[in-house]
Amino acid sequence: MNDIIIIVLSTLGTLLIFLAAVGIVKMPDLYLRISVTTKAVTLGVGLILASSAVYFNEAGVVSRVIAIILFIFLTAPIGAHMIGRASYFRGIGLWKKSVIDDLKGMYEKSTHTLKSDDKEDEIFDQ
Amino acid sequence: MTLQDYLYYFILPVLTLSVILLFIRFVKGPSISDRVVSLDLHITTGIGIISIYSIINDQPTFLDIAMILALIAFLGTIAFSYYIEKKEKNE
Repeated sequence: MNDIIIIVLSTLGTLLIFLAAVGIVKMPDLYLRISVTTKAVTLGVGLILASSAVYFNEAGVVSRVIAIILFIFLTAPIGAHMIGRASYFRGIGLWKKSVIDDLKGMYEKSTHTLKSDDKEDEIFDQ
Repeated sequence: MTLQDYLYYFILPVLTLSVILLFIRFVKGPSISDRVVSLDLHITTGIGIISIYSIINDQPTFLDIAMILALIAFLGTIAFSYYIEKKEKNE
């Protein structure tokens, strides 16, 4: 019974990681690639680690696995956000078929802080 | 066919194939940010491979290394993005 659970969990995790690897090759744009990375790989590695927790079935190993999973779940979005923000400042463009760029003109070039839209401020003031 | 055989002959080859695909992006990547994202993915996939190896060899101590690799991946991504942003500011 344990073997079946391990096989299902590790197969799902491996297929998710493989899909992310295909995505990072095929996606046309840096930001789409970051989007693929953060979601699929985080879930895939979490499932593979869960399968090893099921296999060993000891308190020490299970707590270690939970610590790794929590750490990855906390840090993957932060890392993706930081690298996306830095490359937006560096001027790496979007895909040419992208429809909208919400951040265009919203950042101060020199200080790298967000400036608010003036129209919204007027609406708040009234 | 035991569990170890299944992991050895199906799971590990697929993970290896995905590492090869990631390496294609690492070589091709037009900008440095693509390479940083690909490096982050390499390390995260390596955590999965270490976890599968710990099942095959019945050694739970391998998971300690996976934990340290997760830490290094995070620190590496943050440091790279910090310096990419700094470089743009200085120019």
